[in-house]
Amino acid sequence: MLYDIFIDPFVQMYDMPDFFLQVLWEGFVAGILYALIALGFVLIFKASGVFNFAQGIMVVFAGLTLVGLHENGVPAYLALILTIGVMAVLAYGVERIVMRPLVNQPEIILLMATIGLTYFLVGFGEFVFGGEPKQMITEELGLPTGSTAFEIGERGLIILQHIDIAAAVIAVVMVIALAIFFNKTRIGRALRAVADDHQAALSVGISLNQIWAIVWFAAGLVALATGIMWGARSDVSFALEIVAFKALPVLILGGFTSIPGAIVGGLIIGFGEKIGELYWGGLVGGGVESWLAYIIALIFLLFRPQGLFGERIIERI
Amino acid sequence: MFYREAGQFKTSYKADQALFPILQDRIGIAAILLIAFVVIPAFANDFFLTSIMIPFLIFALAAIGLNVLTGYCGQLSLGTGAFMGVGAYAAYKLTSIFPDANVIVMVLVSGVFSAAIGAVFGLPSLRIKGLYLAVTTLAAQFFLEWCFIRIPWLYNYNSSGAIEVPRREMFGFIVTGAEALPITRYFVVLCITAGIAYLMANVLRGRIGRSWMMIRDMDIAAELMGVRPLQTKLMAFAVSSYICGVAGAMMVFFWLNAAEPSSYSIRLSFQILFMVILGGLGSLGGAFMGAAFIWILPVLLKFVPGALGIDIAAETVEHATFMIVGALIIFFLIVEPHGFARLWQIAKQKLRVWPFPY
Repeated sequence: MLYDIFIDPFVQMYDMPDFFLQVLWEGFVAGILYALIALGFVLIFKASGVFNFAQGIMVVFAGLTLVGLHENGVPAYLALILTIGVMAVLAYGVERIVMRPLVNQPEIILLMATIGLTYFLVGFGEFVFGGEPKQMITEELGLPTGSTAFEIGERGLIILQHIDIAAAVIAVVMVIALAIFFNKTRIGRALRAVADDHQAALSVGISLNQIWAIVWFAAGLVALATGIMWGARSDVSFALEIVAFKALPVLILGGFTSIPGAIVGGLIIGFGEKIGELYWGGLVGGGVESWLAYIIALIFLLFRPQGLFGERIIERI
Repeated sequence: MFYREAGQFKTSYKADQALFPILQDRIGIAAILLIAFVVIPAFANDFFLTSIMIPFLIFALAAIGLNVLTGYCGQLSLGTGAFMGVGAYAAYKLTSIFPDANVIVMVLVSGVFSAAIGAVFGLPSLRIKGLYLAVTTLAAQFFLEWCFIRIPWLYNYNSSGAIEVPRREMFGFIVTGAEALPITRYFVVLCITAGIAYLMANVLRGRIGRSWMMIRDMDIAAELMGVRPLQTKLMAFAVSSYICGVAGAMMVFFWLNAAEPSSYSIRLSFQILFMVILGGLGSLGGAFMGAAFIWILPVLLKFVPGALGIDIAAETVEHATFMIVGALIIFFLIVEPHGFARLWQIAKQKLRVWPFPY
């Protein structure tokens, strides 16, 4: 038993390095996608202190809108632009109808409001586009679809899907773009000011409502990118919702307020999950992927309650 | 005018400390009990009992359980569904190990297992707070759900992977199993729910309940005043999980007859959380009102189009239900973030000062 837990998996890793590398790559890609979902959470949490549960469903909704528009005869790129428009309308609507009246409420109320939004979007999405899974329009958007096999050593073989590489590249580009946006532009600075202190930001003439609409729009764009990537790997369906829950351990691992935290957290969860499933999962009957992420996050939290990169929690009486 | 404390003098401490010290409250509660125990069984048909009243009472009990943890002790939990599942599976195992024992005792005992597991998952609450804790309870949710699927011992190696309730009799009545009459089930569920609600009403206004509320309002201050956080928080987790476990066991034994792991999924956790929030955090009456709203509204929505003579596909109705429920949740949060319990208080105040506006 002890041998199975502590020695055998490592022997396997050493014996079959190509398989191990393949597992690492799978973990990396899954991690990137978790990180993308978590990124949307972080954006909104930083700017408004709202824990946006609806981010996962926004991913599905964005993907569905894109595919649904294309199915109805809209050219792929036009559909993409229209979807961005839809996300902008959604962002404005959420700010106007949900967030503005709920200013200054305790965080659990805001959380419940976003869960209510989740229900609404699930119903709305299914109402408009139907509930069945859809194929993502990967080729029409000009994304690569093939795969390349690399030989390693004498008998090793790694297969990389091009779409995964594209996902990694897009994620990196998006994080860099967000970093530049936050640090160099006028709106980005206003966002950071709002994140620091709502009242102080108001007093120097920053419009909170405008900032929130922008931030929800940015989260919507991130959701769209995530939706395309996830959709290309599997189908676009509401089953993705359960994947979105995985973003939560990612989030607490990295800290609610940290963009690098979301990335690092995503990678830790992605690697941990795949390696755990393939090397240790068999010992307990498999399927550990569904909860391993939460247990990893739980263990991290016991040592660092504020997450890896989160701001220190100081309690006063 | 209609509802007032003034003029109701108490001559003993006992009368002053009674659960319902005001006459009008006593009349109201007596009327509700009369309706629940006499009027509904006398006039309701089987459909009303099985698809509205029984689930409503079970969900109300689960909402009370979560309310103890979230509303009174301030620990946000998203693992309610899994704790209910623990109760259900424990009750199932107990009845198959001890086939001769009284099934209601088994249902009540199954909560103990759920309480133990709840306390274990409550341990991180000492270091982790707020939304972070919500994510650790998600760990409980997904881990326990996985256990229900992957540990065949829990469902007696049944090939379908579901638990099926055996037939049990009590005092000559069939209480569980497919042949049990809705009316029998209704009385069992009603008695357990009312009993636990009465018990909790008293626990919550006593020392234990007050120490939970101190922890909720400010845990450090409570600690300085001599409330031990470890015991208090773990007790809240245990009591809450006990109640949820009993509710979960009742759900399969007296309502569904058979359950799969997916019956106790994260959806159920959210549903219970909605009931608690919409009903009002920290209010037992609110738990009942929230459960009524969240459970009965979708059932009504299902029948409204048919009653109006509009012919819509069942699928469309389901999607529309999702939309309407989501929109209503947001609407109620905006209009009254403190839930129906606050609306009831406002109504009482209006009754007090009527016919004057204030």
